[in-house]
Amino acid sequence: MTVELKTDKLLDCTGLLCPIPVVKASKAIKEIEVGQILEMIATDPGAPPDMEAWSRQTGHQLLQQTAENGQFRFWFRRTK
Amino acid sequence: MTTAMDTALQQVLTPSQPEARPKRLALVCSKGGLDEVYPILILASTAGALGWETGVFCTFYGLDLVNPKRRKKMKVAAVGNAASPPPISGVEMRVPTILGMLPGMNWVAGKMMKGWMKKSNMPDVEEMMETCLESGVQFYACATTMGVMGVSKDDVMAEASCLGATAFLDFAAGADVSMFI
Repeated sequence: MTVELKTDKLLDCTGLLCPIPVVKASKAIKEIEVGQILEMIATDPGAPPDMEAWSRQTGHQLLQQTAENGQFRFWFRRTK
Repeated sequence: MTTAMDTALQQVLTPSQPEARPKRLALVCSKGGLDEVYPILILASTAGALGWETGVFCTFYGLDLVNPKRRKKMKVAAVGNAASPPPISGVEMRVPTILGMLPGMNWVAGKMMKGWMKKSNMPDVEEMMETCLESGVQFYACATTMGVMGVSKDDVMAEASCLGATAFLDFAAGADVSMFI
């Protein structure tokens, strides 16, 4: 079940492959305040494991993710 | 009442937390083909994005990665790659190895790879290099290679520093991940 989350910034990485989504996410998270939420859309099939790892490595919290018809959505909370 | 002994014991039992340091990636770039530097650039830019301290030691043909003139002309070896795909998509016909020996075939193979990269929205080598530098990736030009191959300091990009194996090993000794490509 997905929860409706308030998004402070939307990052669309449709059609982009590794490492670009991760590079863009690292830049985008710096453009929001601590506690705010970054929503990301990706189609790279490697995105789910990659973005989970990105969350572990950077410490930014992965609140929720969805996968529908090859489109992946992630919600991250900036933690620091 | 806390005695001096208690205080001392407390200090032993709760050691001060070691300062959190970023993870470190040490890469060796030893080859200068387009297909050989992409993995370096992808791993380095990813590590940079994760906030890892990243250093790339460019040695032998891999020195071309820090040589802007040669980097812009990178190709793919047309001979000796059993996995090279058919040049015309959908037509299951590979280039016979003997044709790979013809002049210009490395250029053709390089052109093909650049084509796939562009079609997949992948940045080219120059853009990948910029991304790496923006995220603080350090590039090291191997001093021995420069001497052996007659590469001058002016041929190497200003962002790269020139050092030897000892200095790189000193950096790599503190790495969490190290790879030779």
